[in-house]
Amino acid sequence: MPEREFKIPIGPQHPALKEPESFLLTLRGEKITEMTVRLGYNHRGIEKACEARTYIQDMYLVERVCGICSHSHSTCFIQAVEEIAGLQVPKRGLYIRTLIAELERIHSHLLWLGVAGHEIGFDTLLMYTWRDREIVMDILALVTGNRVNYGMNTIGGVRRDVTTDQIPKILEAIDKLEERTKYYIQVGTEEITLRERLSGVGKLSKEDAIRLGAVGPTARASGVNRDVRRDDPYGAYGELTFDVIIDNHSDVYGRTLVRLGELMQSYKLVRQIIRQLPEGPISVKAPRRIPAGQAVSRYEAPRGEDVHFVKSNGSDKPERVKVRAPTLANVQVVAHMLKDGYLADTPIVIAAIDPCFSCTDRAISRTDIESGRTDRMDWPELRTYGINWYRKQGIDFSELNKKMRVLRESN
Amino acid sequence: MFRPGKMTAQVLRSLFKKPATSMYPFVKHPMPKDFRGKLRFYQEKCIGCKMCMRDCPSGAITIKPVPGAQKKFMAEIDLAKCLYCAQCVDSCPRKALEATADYELAQLEHGKLKVVYGDQTGGDTKEKT
Amino acid sequence: MEALFNIFVFPGLLFVAVFGLAAEYIDRKLYALMQNRIGPPWFQPVADFIKLASKQELVPEHADSFVFKMMPVIAITSIITAFLYIPMWGSNALFAFKGDLVVVLYLLTVPTLTYFLGGWYSRSVYSMIGAARSLTQLFAYEIPLFISILAPAMLADTWSLSGISEYFSVHPWHILFNIPGFVIAIIALLGKLEKVPFDIPEAETEIVAGAFTEYSGRLLALFRMAIDMELVIGASLLAAVFLPFGLHYGPWVGFGLYILKVLFIIGLISLSRTIVARLRIDQMIGFCWKVIAPVAFLQFIADLIIKGIAK
Repeated sequence: MPEREFKIPIGPQHPALKEPESFLLTLRGEKITEMTVRLGYNHRGIEKACEARTYIQDMYLVERVCGICSHSHSTCFIQAVEEIAGLQVPKRGLYIRTLIAELERIHSHLLWLGVAGHEIGFDTLLMYTWRDREIVMDILALVTGNRVNYGMNTIGGVRRDVTTDQIPKILEAIDKLEERTKYYIQVGTEEITLRERLSGVGKLSKEDAIRLGAVGPTARASGVNRDVRRDDPYGAYGELTFDVIIDNHSDVYGRTLVRLGELMQSYKLVRQIIRQLPEGPISVKAPRRIPAGQAVSRYEAPRGEDVHFVKSNGSDKPERVKVRAPTLANVQVVAHMLKDGYLADTPIVIAAIDPCFSCTDRAISRTDIESGRTDRMDWPELRTYGINWYRKQGIDFSELNKKMRVLRESN
Repeated sequence: MFRPGKMTAQVLRSLFKKPATSMYPFVKHPMPKDFRGKLRFYQEKCIGCKMCMRDCPSGAITIKPVPGAQKKFMAEIDLAKCLYCAQCVDSCPRKALEATADYELAQLEHGKLKVVYGDQTGGDTKEKT
Repeated sequence: MEALFNIFVFPGLLFVAVFGLAAEYIDRKLYALMQNRIGPPWFQPVADFIKLASKQELVPEHADSFVFKMMPVIAITSIITAFLYIPMWGSNALFAFKGDLVVVLYLLTVPTLTYFLGGWYSRSVYSMIGAARSLTQLFAYEIPLFISILAPAMLADTWSLSGISEYFSVHPWHILFNIPGFVIAIIALLGKLEKVPFDIPEAETEIVAGAFTEYSGRLLALFRMAIDMELVIGASLLAAVFLPFGLHYGPWVGFGLYILKVLFIIGLISLSRTIVARLRIDQMIGFCWKVIAPVAFLQFIADLIIKGIAK
């Protein structure tokens, strides 16, 4: 086959990706010579929508930024709001929040194991891990009332309490899951085809990980010793003991080991939380109007460090909410990792950073097709651009807006 | 020692075990008691303060006075817009709303997704779909 | 007249098609049960075939239309022709002649070439990569497959499949000498049938569907039928060469034994599909040339020595 270069698109629609993003690979034979990443396909305007809703409504909106790490976004947002308002969440509330956070981490890592198995053609691992994931989802449904998008938080604490008859069920589920996870660790370390596919792939040295800003298990597998739960404790983590799993393999195999290790640590944490659960109220009353101020809050989501910035202006609606998801930090590393890689490794390398593109897309960039220039527009520019574009098509909104205003005022 | 086919023992054992698939819809999977499904409205407790409307993230619930009756209110819930977050249940000062464990809410027509509670004057809280 | 019956009904088109669909069902059901789930119902492969055959065929604009449409037909034809020379029971295949082993092996290489040509002439990026991988994989598994099948042939001192069956029905214990060859042949057959761990040309998560990406409608139905038939024929070939026992019990018992042997080989193929992950193309070639080919050569030499001793 002639070794000329040709371009192959992985995405936006591709069986390897669970969510749309565009990775344009330039191949020579099976080797990748160049890679272009374009983001923005899952942009839904959540940050703008947050400004038009009250804090209580925003809680549920921010929760739906992502389906798998929904509790992470919700807790991170609420922590920022509570810091601005100066609220002190009671201990029991913090412990329950941490319990749900660890259960979510278990659920997310089991999901990742299945997806990684599917990307390398090992469907049996997918079926087994997702069968075990049902156990943790049933527990979450029991405690929070829903299997995803838990809605457990409220400003000032949590909404629901963990009752005494739920606790034995939680512990029994954790025992079952721990036994199965030990089996998966055995499979991961001893199955030779898995090691062949995952080792030596997606290499990222420690210096590159720090320079490119990788977070979460992606960075911890390269020896970077960062974990927000230990460095900047939030919730109940200040009073719990756990190990931060660091690995030195610096490739996809290392990331698998880090996530498996984190699963075992999560089981330990859940048992500790249940043992140390203090008595008391689960929330404090929060005011409807949050005083003016701004706060940044950080959270260790299953995928890495999640950062939220909230600015309030004294009313009951926030002025600005900014979400920086962990995948945004990790996706810049993908292009670096796939340089001089093989086409066959692309799905597993992209899957190894545990991409959640719904979390990531908070901005779109516009590329001019003729000149190839890329620029960004801010909100007033975007608005004028939209109005002019429709005017060129013959649709003018100014009359329509006047009529709507009249209608609304007459009602 | 690395060998291929580490999962052989488990896989062969699964051949003779019962499959983990549950045969929905012939076998229903009941949700736990506090599951946040379809809402239920108690007309006799509602005082018409509309706190639920103010706190709903998606504008799914509307409280309207029952025409011709004094201090009676009816609730219209759009099941398509509802997030099933149960914030209205928490916000209501009189506990007039409750989340049931009903989750089989699919319909073939969009109009059937609007549920109205208690619009008969002086009647009981029968839902009308 | 009888020739027409042989070609179209038994053991020709109809028998192989029905057996192929049944084999696909058994393969998928075993795969599902081993993964702790319920598999498809018994009529799933038939339903898939009928559904695909009733859909619209789209030939891409830049594709070579003639080659695109002929490839599925050629694949099915060559596979069925190969089946006419494989003995099922008794020591004589339907149209046996001296040297039909070589003809069968050649005819079984033709489907891989049709996948390559069909993919290459689709002119889509994914198909071309899948087609190129298909040929690359061919270079890796063909030699071990041929050598491991040639070893019992050389022991039996004949180039004809029916001759092999005859020899082993006279010396039944010599079958045990070929067990390593049997294992090698099963692994190489996985490569030919493009099943995990060697389903690289059709890697779903990397290149969508490989050589079959642009196929739809009746052409895709025929290609999938060709894949099912290849499973049955490959298993029959291995059963004829490596498990030639119980051949002289008459037609009905022999037929039953034949079905059992083929199902056993299909079971082994399903098991290996479940327990390993997919390999990369360079790892696959390395594995085939460094591990499988030497064992096949050793088997060949061992059979040479045994033949010398037996004489």
